Amino acid sequence: MKRLPAILLPVLAAAPLAAQDTTVTKDQPIRIGVDYAVNRPGLVVLPGAGLDSVRAIVRRDLDYTDRFEMLGDFASSDPGSAGASVNYGIYKTMGAQLGVELTAAPGGVTARLHDINGQKVRNTQSFTLPAETDPEYRMEVHRVSDEIARWASGTAGLAATRFLFVSNGRVYRIDGDGEEAVPLTPEGMTSLSPVWSPDGRTIAYTRLEGGRGGVIVQSLAGGSQVAPGAQSGLNITPAFSPDGRTLAFARSDETGTDIFTANYVDRCCAQRLTVGRYADNLSPTFSPDGRRIAFVSTRSGPPQIYVMAANGTDQELLAPFDYGATGASNAPEWSPDGARVVFHRDVSRSPQIFLVDVAGRRVTQLTSSGRNEDPTWGPDGRHIAFISDRTGRRQIWIIDTETGRVRQLQTPGAARLPAWSRRLGRATVASNP
Amino acid sequence: MRASSLMLLASFALAACGGGSPPEEPAPEPAPAPAPPAPAPVDDSAERERLERERMEREAAERARALAAELGTMINFEFDKADIRSADQGTLDRKAAILAANTNVRIRIAGHADDRGSDEYNLALGNRRAAAAKRYLESKGVDASRIEVVSYGEERPLNPGADEAAYAQNRRDEFEVTAGGDNLVAPQ
Repeated sequence: MKRLPAILLPVLAAAPLAAQDTTVTKDQPIRIGVDYAVNRPGLVVLPGAGLDSVRAIVRRDLDYTDRFEMLGDFASSDPGSAGASVNYGIYKTMGAQLGVELTAAPGGVTARLHDINGQKVRNTQSFTLPAETDPEYRMEVHRVSDEIARWASGTAGLAATRFLFVSNGRVYRIDGDGEEAVPLTPEGMTSLSPVWSPDGRTIAYTRLEGGRGGVIVQSLAGGSQVAPGAQSGLNITPAFSPDGRTLAFARSDETGTDIFTANYVDRCCAQRLTVGRYADNLSPTFSPDGRRIAFVSTRSGPPQIYVMAANGTDQELLAPFDYGATGASNAPEWSPDGARVVFHRDVSRSPQIFLVDVAGRRVTQLTSSGRNEDPTWGPDGRHIAFISDRTGRRQIWIIDTETGRVRQLQTPGAARLPAWSRRLGRATVASNP
Repeated sequence: MRASSLMLLASFALAACGGGSPPEEPAPEPAPAPAPPAPAPVDDSAERERLERERMEREAAERARALAAELGTMINFEFDKADIRSADQGTLDRKAAILAANTNVRIRIAGHADDRGSDEYNLALGNRRAAAAKRYLESKGVDASRIEVVSYGEERPLNPGADEAAYAQNRRDEFEVTAGGDNLVAPQ
């Protein structure tokens, strides 16, 4: 029943023959028709009365998981509208295996997942929703989508997420579906390299002033502070540890750039992890267990991806390269499941997105068209967002590493340095789990 | 007679200064050895002194400007490199000489990168480029405490273009005098 997605087969077949840096490109700009011969269950969002905006948001959110073959796109007035009984026969004829039914409930919505073949309801739950005018409304609907995706596929969706990115020197926040872009840093300053704290309530970034920069830790509820140990000089590329207590960053001085960690909760104890001696060490990223840090180093020439223990010991190369042949490699980010590190590597002086699997140290290339850089993992460990200029202006694009499907996230201006949040909990505690 | 010899003196004084108007009497006479103890034309000489002072100030300012320009001359780098190019060593040598002759001068070196490399890495690269110029000047005897090092990465391109000519211009160190730059003295 469960078979490998066909798109992966060439990669596996080519692997034994491939040199360290030779890879198979999967970047597919457009999904044509309904399949890549990937075994995805057909899913239909059932028509119904009212709730048009909820149904539209949920349908798109489920589509963006790339785990379902989305079938039909019913307007609410379509016949076959279920009410109490669902006409399983019609949907089975369409090829649907799963049906999502959304009905109005007091103060919110009731979601049901139907097993079309089994002709029964697999899951049902009521969700409270705020008024449509509430700023949290869309995010609450996204949480409904993510739960439905979990029922249907075993893995929660990635709709209740947001991105940070830099545009024109300011850090912006935008919802995972491209709605609600909000600037978080002042105009007229150069802010760079924003990252999320694990709980999604705090961000850190570099504020560049007069060729120097402090790492700023800013609560999204308001209030910011300069990170301990990152006040003077040039401090760049912050990263939170998975427990949210430690901030790693790189500091530049006249001997080069080196990685430090500091306990930003207790505001103490900056610890130096690398000794550059006129080389650069930067862009730290923690493994999800917090025990290792991948980073960029120029110790052997052009920047490449290295790894070390979180206390700075056991430093070694992570992503193999051919000396003198492989382009610069930068911007690593460790996957949520710990198995892979994504980064960008110059190919003919144009950056492309690459993956290295941590256990096997095998490098694969994900993109090939245009300039693609600064990748960041989605919380499902399957999607990767990055900056691409494939259509001209630099924008955020999202690739599904399983199918190669690519989509663009529209941002108001040119975008740089994106950071994808984990699934975001409610800002205020609500009754629903 | 007395009046005319005074006039003559005044003409000589003007001529000696190399400024002002030409002597009214074209036939010069040897100047009388001791100046007669007579009241000097106070107004005139004050004016001449003022002009002379202004001229010297102008020239000094021009010299200082030239020296400051030399201190501010940028140097450039190869792609993804922070090594001082041999073509730029002379530029840095002249800066070192000016800094040696003007010990109160402090400078800031700002490293910059072109748009092609990774945004974040370019901050580190710019830092390395500025530090390389500082080390070179130190090797020529300039005290390290007089030189500050900063980096703008690729955030402040000089040329917004997207071709090699623009990139080459943008890979640079800029030099800024931060203190003591008012009365620069030329090196011997």
